[in-house]
Amino acid sequence: MVVQKSAVAGTLESSDAQVTVEPGSGTLELIVESNVIHQFGRQIRKTVLDVLERLEVTDAKVVVVDKGALDCTLKARVECAVYRSNDITETLPWGGAIK
Amino acid sequence: MMHPNKKRLRRSMMFLNCQKPGLIKDPYIYGTDSIILDLEDAVAENQKDSARYSLYHALKEINYRGVERVVRMNGLDTPHWKEDIRVCVAGGADTIRIAKTESAQDVHVVEEHVLAAEREFGRPEGSTLLMAALESCRGVMNALEVCNSSDRLIGIALSGGDYTRDLQTVISGTGVELQGARQQMVIAARAAKVQCWDTVFTDLDNMEAFEKEVRMIKMMGFDGKSLVNPRQIEIVHEVFTPTKKEIIFADKIVREIDEKKAQGIGVFMVDGKMIDIAFYEGAVRTLKLAKAAGIYEEDL
Repeated sequence: MVVQKSAVAGTLESSDAQVTVEPGSGTLELIVESNVIHQFGRQIRKTVLDVLERLEVTDAKVVVVDKGALDCTLKARVECAVYRSNDITETLPWGGAIK
Repeated sequence: MMHPNKKRLRRSMMFLNCQKPGLIKDPYIYGTDSIILDLEDAVAENQKDSARYSLYHALKEINYRGVERVVRMNGLDTPHWKEDIRVCVAGGADTIRIAKTESAQDVHVVEEHVLAAEREFGRPEGSTLLMAALESCRGVMNALEVCNSSDRLIGIALSGGDYTRDLQTVISGTGVELQGARQQMVIAARAAKVQCWDTVFTDLDNMEAFEKEVRMIKMMGFDGKSLVNPRQIEIVHEVFTPTKKEIIFADKIVREIDEKKAQGIGVFMVDGKMIDIAFYEGAVRTLKLAKAAGIYEEDL
């Protein structure tokens, strides 16, 4: 999926994550900020990259500000931001690209 | 065949905002019978899409340890309900709470889309249960037809805020404005043999009034109550769970009636009270409730 425009999902509340996606410049750039970056940074990056791969996002800038989100929340925020960047809110592929 | 969970114990049904990860990650720790993951009023209009992703992953990845997972979908008068149904079914929600139900036709419309979603996502047909929230005068007046509308329907719930607005009054704290709706709904539910839940109580600083209201609705015949805070659970469970004395008495009634019936005796005394067959159903219900609550283990 192509990131068509800048889009944000999530909040900076505890247990949440705020994910911003922007059109890329030919590559996938991922920036993660987290208070637990030393403990969970690698896991957070893996979770986000797995979602982006499922959504076939290869050219984008993705910024994740993590506030202690569980994996399921991270996935939800990344998916939401990517679909928002395409203005898609209906007939989503639950259980397919979203899983 | 009836769905095995259609009549399960539902004394407490606690609302949680789907948009708030901190709320939906571990609500089972509070011991509520059901959680209601809310896609409707608690979620801002511009966050409806976001809440669905959270819901989907929560349903798929969080182990709610046997707590029933109900999802409140947006009403049929909004642009959101069709995708709400798809995500509920895809995620494997146990039950969908239909907001603003006004007629049997509303339930039929939802049922049709639930069936289509069950086919689309490979869930067994008929596995998704429904409950209807009645939130208007028309909905309350149509309570019986709503109760009889579908085999999937587990029951009806009063939504007092919207209902009193439609009635052109306000929640007073006395309950007088809800009296007619409560009575009408619980009678309709009993006539149709489905469950019935009372509206939320939002004055969290007044636990005394809350307990009084819970005792009243229990006496009226309700099965339980919609809740907005974990602090409310304990009181509801205490009121809606039979006491030890009630269980012992019910146990005696069932045993005695079974025994006396075989001997051809219709009326007899138990603990100084005159008992006949009319007491049987109530005693069995008390034991079932006690069993469901995990405090009675006999096989009567």
